[in-house]
Amino acid sequence: MTDLNPTVPPHPADSPPLLEIAGLSVDFRLGSSVVHAVRGVDLRVSAGQTVAVVGESGSGKTATALSVLRLNPEPPCVYAGGEIRFDGRDLLALSDKELGRLRGRDISMVFQDPMTSLDPLQRVGPQVAEVLRHHQGLHRARAREQTLAALEEVGIPEPERRYRQYPHELSGGLRQRVMIAMALVGRPRVLIADEPTTALDVTVQRQILDLLVDLQRRHAMAVVLITHDLGVVAETADHVVVMNQGRVVESGSVLDVFDRPVDDYTRRLLAATPRLEPA
Amino acid sequence: MTTTAPATAPSSPVLVELDGLRKEFGGGHGSVAVDDVSLTVHEGETLALVGESGCGKTTLTRLLLRLLAPTAGRVCFEGRDLATLSAAELRYLRRQMQVVLQDPYSSMNPRWRIADVVAEPLITHDPAARGRRGRARTRERVGELLEAVGLDAAMRDRYPHEFSGGQRQRVSIARALALEPRLVVLDEPTSALDVSVQARILALLAELQQRHGLTYVFVSHNLAVVRQVADRVAVMRRGRLVEVGDAAQVFHEPRHPYTRQLLDAVPIPDPRRARRAGGRAGGAHGTRPGADAAAAGPPAAGGTGGSGG
Ligand SMILES: Nc1ncnc2c1ncn2[C@@H]1O[C@H](COP(=O)(O)OP(=O)(O)O)[C@@H](O)[C@H]1O
Ligand SMILES: Nc1ncnc2c1ncn2[C@@H]1O[C@H](COP(=O)(O)OP(=O)(O)O)[C@@H](O)[C@H]1O
Ligand SMILES: [Mg+2]
Ligand SMILES: [Mg+2]
Repeated sequence: MTDLNPTVPPHPADSPPLLEIAGLSVDFRLGSSVVHAVRGVDLRVSAGQTVAVVGESGSGKTATALSVLRLNPEPPCVYAGGEIRFDGRDLLALSDKELGRLRGRDISMVFQDPMTSLDPLQRVGPQVAEVLRHHQGLHRARAREQTLAALEEVGIPEPERRYRQYPHELSGGLRQRVMIAMALVGRPRVLIADEPTTALDVTVQRQILDLLVDLQRRHAMAVVLITHDLGVVAETADHVVVMNQGRVVESGSVLDVFDRPVDDYTRRLLAATPRLEPA
Repeated sequence: MTTTAPATAPSSPVLVELDGLRKEFGGGHGSVAVDDVSLTVHEGETLALVGESGCGKTTLTRLLLRLLAPTAGRVCFEGRDLATLSAAELRYLRRQMQVVLQDPYSSMNPRWRIADVVAEPLITHDPAARGRRGRARTRERVGELLEAVGLDAAMRDRYPHEFSGGQRQRVSIARALALEPRLVVLDEPTSALDVSVQARILALLAELQQRHGLTYVFVSHNLAVVRQVADRVAVMRRGRLVEVGDAAQVFHEPRHPYTRQLLDAVPIPDPRRARRAGGRAGGAHGTRPGADAAAAGPPAAGGTGGSGG
């Protein structure tokens, strides 16, 4: 494990973005009706930085996140405008094959419900190992070894035993850890986590957030963390993007946005957030 | 739940008393979902029941409502042991105890109009609600109830799927109030809602409590929400109560380490404070002074290697 020098900010604010979403518009076309789910969203994230995307349900957070790897179902989804630049390339313009090579290796996703990524009929270890075999062409034994190391890194006790278990045999927290292991085993430079702790109890949420922050620091990943919980934002993010009805209504450093929210909607979100101690 | 209601609810009369309640599922070798729970609920108070999922909160409320029979122990409503009541007496008593669940949609017949959903308890429990004259009266009452929960009476002819999550929760509150209950069990009533909707539902519940002198048992895993509503808090862990006390005491001077653990896990929606708190996730921030980074303690992976939840 590499310890960061605490006196050096791990990511100068002016470092170039690794991932940049510019003017993204996403529509869902159902028959004659169109839902403009994402309307000109801008977002940039640098290596070692965490950008939180907050907003209420239906505000377009997931549609934005899925666009990065073009995972929105087409149809009904239509990418109506904008660019998503990663490493100088526009992801929206890549072929499926090129994009497939990026998935899991350069850019990974973690979802709220681990079962969207885990096959219920397969043991969890081989599922993680499969990612390595696919992306790095590793042989069975080597992939297994690295998978065990990955399970251990995400804090799964008894990785040998867990390797052989099925998803339903694991608690929600452990399943989420497996999914994080699967997302990170290819050492991606960008991690997009869509409400990774929303379905979990606070104590398990705390562990998963600590884990994500730790892994991010260790690997200097760029993280886009989607959440509707401003508490989670305050604890993990450097930068916040507030979405409402498909638009970015506010964007800034976490301190600025919490101290001096300029948008009315942001203020309302802050006011509605329950707190243990009065603000 | 209200600011005017006395926070010292225990001085008001006991409405429900749980005494040595135990519930086992699955016969002799089954699991114990509720284990030796004794607790009182006082008239007019909001008693919050908190704990992680699977700790037995819902089972305890089902025992309280006698939707489940306990393996051992008793539930008394105003001093009467529910197990000794006849079916007719129990039916009458049920009118006074209602429940609102996290996901009201699952308990609503999708083919019923909202008016029928709200009227159902009236029609089941109240002979006066039936017949031609009853129907007119019921219609009027449904309109009143919808308005009492902040919905437009004209919405009565719509179907559940036409409502948002927050509106559906209002409908289920209207239904719970139809029979003018004294006790309402709210089982994670806002857990599935967005924060701004949650805030409005909590305000509505407070207003209704004040207006109707309701007693609430409020189940939640979110301590920050509990903080807004509870007069007293009961903390549950693995089927047992580990701590019961006034909200102020439980939040400021928790007696049980598990309560402390639950409190510490709640994310603080204040970046400065979150960053000051040691050992929290708040971490790799360029904006943060280096000294704080050191205070945040070692990276978490080692520390989270336990059972992993
Ligand atoms: N696959 C889809 N088909 C049709 N509409 C969709 C689809 N995915 C999302 N939407 C719509 O796009 C909008 C934004 O949804 P989403 O991005 O999931 O919001 P959030 O993640 O912020 O809750 C919503 O109106 C939603 O109904
Ligand atoms: N009908 C049932 N049959 C068997 N086990 C049950 C049943 N209901 C609840 N349980 C078990 O009892 C325990 C407590 O569950 P529950 O009361 O739903 O917890 P909570 O509401 O705190 O999440 C859990 O282990 C759950 O699996
Ligand atoms: Mg979403
Ligand atoms: Mg429950």
